[in-house]
Amino acid sequence: MSLLTYAPALESTAPAKIADRYDLFIGGKWTPAASGATFPTIDPATERVIAQVARGEERDIDRAVTAARTAYDKYWKAMRPAERAKYIYRIARAITERSRELAIVETIDGGKPIKESRDFDVPQAAAHFFYYAGWADKLAWALRAGRTPAALGVVGAIVPWNFPLLMAAWKIAPALACGNTIVLKPAETTPLTALLLAQIIEEADLPPGVVNVVTGDGATGAALVAHSDVDKIAFTGSTEVGKIIQRTIAGTDKSVTLELGGKAANIVFADAPLDQAVEGVVNGIYFNQGHVCCAGSRLLVQENVHDAVVERLRERIATLRLGNPLDKNTDIGAINSREQHAKILELIASGVAEGAMLVQAPGAIPEKGYWIPPSFFTGVSPSLRIAREEIFGPVLSIMTFRTADEAIEKANNTPYGLSAGVWTDKGAKSMYVAQRLRAGVVWCNTFNQFDPSSPFGGYRESGFGREGGVAGLAAYLA
Amino acid sequence: MNLRSPSTDAVMLESRAASFAKRSIKTASKRAAIDLAIRCIDLTTLEGRDTPGRVRTLCAKAIAPGEDAPSVAAVCVYPNLVEVAKAALHGTTIAVASVATAFPSGLSSLAVRLADTRAALDAGADEIDMVIDRGAFLTGDEARVAHEIAAVKSACGAIHLKVILETGELGSYDAIRRASDLALENGADFIKTSTGKIGTSATLPTALVMCEAIRDFERRTGERRGLKIAGGVRTTKSAIAYLVLVAETLGEAWLDPALFRIGASALLDDLLMQRQSGRTGRYASVDYFPKD
Repeated sequence: MSLLTYAPALESTAPAKIADRYDLFIGGKWTPAASGATFPTIDPATERVIAQVARGEERDIDRAVTAARTAYDKYWKAMRPAERAKYIYRIARAITERSRELAIVETIDGGKPIKESRDFDVPQAAAHFFYYAGWADKLAWALRAGRTPAALGVVGAIVPWNFPLLMAAWKIAPALACGNTIVLKPAETTPLTALLLAQIIEEADLPPGVVNVVTGDGATGAALVAHSDVDKIAFTGSTEVGKIIQRTIAGTDKSVTLELGGKAANIVFADAPLDQAVEGVVNGIYFNQGHVCCAGSRLLVQENVHDAVVERLRERIATLRLGNPLDKNTDIGAINSREQHAKILELIASGVAEGAMLVQAPGAIPEKGYWIPPSFFTGVSPSLRIAREEIFGPVLSIMTFRTADEAIEKANNTPYGLSAGVWTDKGAKSMYVAQRLRAGVVWCNTFNQFDPSSPFGGYRESGFGREGGVAGLAAYLA
Repeated sequence: MNLRSPSTDAVMLESRAASFAKRSIKTASKRAAIDLAIRCIDLTTLEGRDTPGRVRTLCAKAIAPGEDAPSVAAVCVYPNLVEVAKAALHGTTIAVASVATAFPSGLSSLAVRLADTRAALDAGADEIDMVIDRGAFLTGDEARVAHEIAAVKSACGAIHLKVILETGELGSYDAIRRASDLALENGADFIKTSTGKIGTSATLPTALVMCEAIRDFERRTGERRGLKIAGGVRTTKSAIAYLVLVAETLGEAWLDPALFRIGASALLDDLLMQRQSGRTGRYASVDYFPKD
């Protein structure tokens, strides 16, 4: 057998005991939806139904918000901050202890490679709880002198399907540290790790109702946004839904933070370390099958190195291994859902129809499940849909530029502004470009670097508010 | 040298390098990798106390490492011991490699270094492992480094020349890339990471930079040159990480002793132990493996 064939190296699923059905977690109790309705959650790599999950609706949201309000008034508001911190540390430790189980379930439910859920999603989730636990009794230092930190009350958090556990952690950890209680609505296609997190929270013995998890679909989320006793909405998801949320809460005194879509530019100058830039480009667009709001989905490359970069990229994507997400050698997992798969295919077809040149990694696609090989387009003009719309898949649009100012202009020519990358060997040039990019995060000579201490968030239609770091506390304090 | 060397950035280089060690090589792939690693070994002894007896023992192990394990690629010794190794390996396909050019520092006159090389060649060496003058390189005298490599290659003729960059002394990935390009442009058949005589030997990021230089050289000239990693590779796991690195960066064609070598001694014992445990499912005591 040739070495490069890499015999299957499957992660054992034994540590993950997935139940046949899951209820809602409200007021510290597991309870079916009031209607009794459920929906299936599907393994996108096999199209197999993994479990039935309760479909919460308005009545369930109301019960959960009431539980959160009661918990806030009865336990959480008056608790000494150092005591709150102990609970949050306990959650962090339990995530670490159950990391294998969480990684396996994340991969089965969402299709992402086990390598990523094991080395990125789960450790980052734990790190967020550890980080914010430390802040709970130091909030006075998070604000300008003279202001007294106070919780907002009940937070409604709605999280997406691309990093289900991690996004839940991004919301729950700072919300709890700041003294709020929470109702979490996980994404419809990936509810399982949020439910495991609810188990962890239950075992950590948090007072009932401090964290509630109500699974469901868009209507469930809409009910949470509309609920009159929710003080704050924290949403990560599409710009389209973000706009609906803004309209819904207009005229109320709810506060809101939105982390929405993006169409980030990765700018590669001729003097960049090209091999490393290609690594960053690959990570930027193919990490998590491109289901990343800050994905570097537009590659702006200086014209005189365009061919060299494209050639390296073509060779590099041929080494990416697509297949069973539970295989430890898999680089590219399954597309999260049938709907997303169809959406990506439609956008790829539009790129071809509009005249861009499509390049896709060679290799077989499994028969079952939803898959798209790593893909990029050359010959993309800025007016094409693939250059303007967020694809949220493993599809890169490559364009060229001649000067730094042209690169900045093209990079900023989007309604979004979440992230960007700059690749150059010249420090002064990185700074010049980074200062002029309208993006919440600019990575220089790297991409997709995350740390709980570093704030993350967008400009313009990518949303507002910051998550992570000291800045992330402001979103949960009055 | 007119060629401009591309720059290298540490962050993504190291991140990519780390990814090779994360490949999970199991069952049939692992068995294939272990045998391949054995076939790529330059079994090495480079100690001041080396004796003919020691070299003959090593050669016996090189020929038949154990059970039905394949032979290694070469035995690597000091010039004075080339004749002994040559005799011990007579009739086999195993090459005798000799370090030369005032190994390990290279800080002698070119005349002395060439004489050292010729002595090794006259004794019958099939391959020469030379060192570059790091002092000259670090003072910016690239012309001298280039000239010396070319001169040694000229002395070697058709004999394979491996050029040791001693990457642990060069100070940056950019310098490693530059030294790799200098060696390749001036006749190196292989570029080699280290002498094994200083604290920092081969690392995955270093090997990756060198592979990128070899890959770009092939793009430029159509010629394939080899990589030898040396020093610090003691376990099967780390040897496999290098095989993965080479395969994913240069392609499967490089997974061959003609283009990839590992300079090692203790590594072979671990490979043999892993090879046996892969077959039996159990680890035997180290005392079941003969010490060389």
